[in-house]
Amino acid sequence: MNLTLKIWRQKDANDKGKLVKYKVTDISEHMSFLEMMDVLNEQLVNSGDEPVAFDHDCREGICGMCSMYINGQAHGPDRGITTCQLHMRMFNDGDTIYIEPFRANAFPVIKDLVVDRTAFERIQQSGGFISVNTSGNTQDANAIPIAKSAADEAMDAATCIGCGACVATCKNSSAMLFVSAKVSQYALLPQGQVEATDRVMNMVAQMDAEGFGNCTNTGACEVECPKGISLTNIARMNREYLKATSKG
Amino acid sequence: MSGLLSSSIARKVSMALSAFFLMFFLLQHFAINITSVFSADAFNETSHFMGTNPLIQYVMQPVLLFGVIFHFVMGFVLEIKNKKAQGVKYAKNKGAANSSWMSRNMIYSGLAILIFMIIHFIDFWIPELNTKYILGDMSGLHNGEFRYFHELQEKFVPIWRVALYCIAFVFLALHLLHGFNSAFQSVGANNKYTKGLKTFGKAYAILIPLGFIFIALFHHFNH
Repeated sequence: MNLTLKIWRQKDANDKGKLVKYKVTDISEHMSFLEMMDVLNEQLVNSGDEPVAFDHDCREGICGMCSMYINGQAHGPDRGITTCQLHMRMFNDGDTIYIEPFRANAFPVIKDLVVDRTAFERIQQSGGFISVNTSGNTQDANAIPIAKSAADEAMDAATCIGCGACVATCKNSSAMLFVSAKVSQYALLPQGQVEATDRVMNMVAQMDAEGFGNCTNTGACEVECPKGISLTNIARMNREYLKATSKG
Repeated sequence: MSGLLSSSIARKVSMALSAFFLMFFLLQHFAINITSVFSADAFNETSHFMGTNPLIQYVMQPVLLFGVIFHFVMGFVLEIKNKKAQGVKYAKNKGAANSSWMSRNMIYSGLAILIFMIIHFIDFWIPELNTKYILGDMSGLHNGEFRYFHELQEKFVPIWRVALYCIAFVFLALHLLHGFNSAFQSVGANNKYTKGLKTFGKAYAILIPLGFIFIALFHHFNH
């Protein structure tokens, strides 16, 4: 198929940036979206132009690096996928495709489609962990009885890959789905209880300090999340926060 | 406690709590107004009680006023903060692909409700305050009869006001269609009852505004 691409080009963080039009031809419908981008970049390199910078790593939907906003949707027009899992069969011959970086003040553009998502790392570092003494006498985690339903829910929350699609798609640029998944995966397990109060207070404080917006429950994040992280996690985080606040 | 008042979660919880209060008030307001369709006497008696009872006038009314102002002010504060959090606007954005129109436009439906409320206050509330607290007439009487039902009928004679009220209640319905269940989600209530609550919320969001529209039309055509 032959396609017209309108891609956001931005030299660096200080550049104003603009949409630039490109044509790609003979694109197979079996290609992944990133492979199509590879074809474009090969064209650009061969013609002596600067290739389009975009994040990618595992190309199997696990790393969460490929952060493109395609035709008005995070990761493009499909559900439960990352950009690397998006196939060209989702488009038609002759289509014009808009490709933009994830937008949020807390996700500044570094170059072209590459955005700085280290805000998520700082939130995670502020409390998204459990402290375990690894002196050699660490108790086997399986020795602690955990209800199957709680283990399943915790695992579902833990599947969040921190890609940032929730922020990119949210009209408020809120990071609550990401933070709530990280809070929930520990809140549901006994190992997470010891630091539960500090965890939720610190992670929410860091989320606010990073400049993410306020959640208004539109639910767009849940729809666009490649891992299907549920809004029930945000409700749980709200409960955890209120519980933590009442403890002082 | 200061953390609770300044964080993003505190803001959404406070919006939800004020919304619960306002939704309860709306139900109570409707319950009183609907009596006007069935019995002028019942409407007069209830209105007089509400308008002269010290607990309602001096405790509940200020609380309500605070709730209304808080909900509007916090709504605008959140909108401004969220606008600041957004980066450069997308050249192409398909909001409808993943969220409802109502959820994305709460600020506009809220603004329409605010404009309506100002008109509503000028129509009913300020004249009430004037009669009772400026002129000092707490009797509720006019020419020896209760004035409330008659005043209500008079207000709904002009078609422009009836139309305005109907449009405002459509916006209220749109606001509630998202707001009702959003409030429960904000206070952390998302559980096995949520599905049922969503159905109830939709019914509330449609039937209560529809009821207010019915009352306005009823008095316009039965005067």
